[in-house]
Amino acid sequence: MTPARRARWTEALVTTPSLAWLLVFFVVPTVIIFAITFKPVDLYGGIGKGWTLDTLKSLFNPNYPAIVWRTVWLSLATTAVCLILAVPCGYYVARSSDRWRQMLLLLIILPFWTSFLVRVFAWKVLLHPEGPLKHALAAVGLIGPDTLLLYNEKAILLVMVYTFLPFAILPIYAAAEKFDFRLLEAARDLGARPLRAFWSVFVPGIRRGLLTAVLVVFIPALGSYVIPDIVGGPNSEMIGNKIAQRTFSDRNLPHASGLSAFLTLGVLLPLLLVLALQRKKGEEAPSMQEVS
Amino acid sequence: MKRSVIPLLTTLFVLVFFYLPIVVLVVNSFNASRFGGTWEGSTLEWYRMLFRETSVWRALRNTLIIAVGATFASVVLGTTAAFALHRYHTRLQRLHYTLIYTPLVVPEILMGMSLLLFFVAAGFELGLFTIFLAHTTFCISYVAMVVLARLQDFDFSIIEAAQDLGAGWWTTAWRVLLPLLAPGLAAGGLLAFTLSIDDFVITFFVSGPGSTTLPVRIYSMIKHSKNMPMINALSAILLVVTFAAVWGSQRLTKESHA
Repeated sequence: MTPARRARWTEALVTTPSLAWLLVFFVVPTVIIFAITFKPVDLYGGIGKGWTLDTLKSLFNPNYPAIVWRTVWLSLATTAVCLILAVPCGYYVARSSDRWRQMLLLLIILPFWTSFLVRVFAWKVLLHPEGPLKHALAAVGLIGPDTLLLYNEKAILLVMVYTFLPFAILPIYAAAEKFDFRLLEAARDLGARPLRAFWSVFVPGIRRGLLTAVLVVFIPALGSYVIPDIVGGPNSEMIGNKIAQRTFSDRNLPHASGLSAFLTLGVLLPLLLVLALQRKKGEEAPSMQEVS
Repeated sequence: MKRSVIPLLTTLFVLVFFYLPIVVLVVNSFNASRFGGTWEGSTLEWYRMLFRETSVWRALRNTLIIAVGATFASVVLGTTAAFALHRYHTRLQRLHYTLIYTPLVVPEILMGMSLLLFFVAAGFELGLFTIFLAHTTFCISYVAMVVLARLQDFDFSIIEAAQDLGAGWWTTAWRVLLPLLAPGLAAGGLLAFTLSIDDFVITFFVSGPGSTTLPVRIYSMIKHSKNMPMINALSAILLVVTFAAVWGSQRLTKESHA
């Protein structure tokens, strides 16, 4: 065999296992979501034979625009709050001394390793009408005895920020660590005010980290389901809740499938946008290596 | 030059924000009060209740079986993937990278839903095996990314050196490549194991009767608001275990660097 042919064989040998697996268990299922949208329901909660447009029509449910809008604004708000907290935090960690930085990083990563459900549940305990935070805030007089901290959109936003924040801090920190902080001093020497130097020099300098942070917060946030399910109420449902409800309560798989297809399209749009932005400057696709 | 205190204050705020709910949860697991609004004396009652709850132990067993299987499969597939991505820069690898990368950002509910439909359409019976397939699918990407990061600072001339010295393909892989990549594989495996143990959303979609995992069990306990203090106790145990594991793995990586 010629060396070129041998290289191609070795490439095929190491590429095929993962590529084939992901084609079967990731690409095909995603395509199926779109196909099943056009299938009827059968009597046993399965998928019927033949093709129909009924599901597509039923997606124009008058309740859905409000749910879609809530999903989008909660995800946008989560991303915004995460960035506002993550940029100063990433900056501080990157400028810390070596020992202190290791410590801070561990403290930031630790919540990421702990059980997601446990973290959401912790907030349910904390915000519970009979819980400690309610007692404390009511005792100080900040809230009335009847204020409900749980089961509303504010609770969802709070817990979403809580669970996504480590994912925003890590890529921003990774970008800040590579940033040459002497540039900030140069900007100051040239007469820029601190905030101006931060905004015009530091923020563009960590652009790549910011884009990755947006990607790993905003897109998964769009598919939130557990958080609105546990700390949200009946009037604060997101698309994810509807998908789960159609799957488990109503057992209408084609309808759940149609909603998922819609969400897939909604996710693809920002994903492609961010990837295009990353490509524009000839940079590689964003990397998740920072997260691990 | 005077530095602003805003970054420091934000960082402190973030840390308090991160740990406040966790601390309250652990403290409350020893609180005799049912809702933990006030301190009504310490108790181990919730832990005793937990140890008598057999469904939790059965769920734990399922969780561990799946985690071990998915970790093994995803480490194998993720490592070959990382190796291919690192070594070759062809159009095929661009596609390969996109396929590896996308599952990392796709919302879990979409992955769960699509796999559920796939299994239903293909006539699979939902159970431990479908959960294993699903977990392996999302773990591959994480393992590949971690191993790929390690490969970036890997000196490939070592492989050529080994082959020049007469080592065959197998010997090179087994005696040279694998030992050098071991820390990366361990890190990827640990990540896969943790993600598998912790996964709720995807598992919930592809699990069937009798294949309840620990997160699925915890979720139904939270959802029905039954035995809230018992979930406190279970959460506290899980937190201690993860903290110990992360601390231990940090110590390990530090020693291997030294």
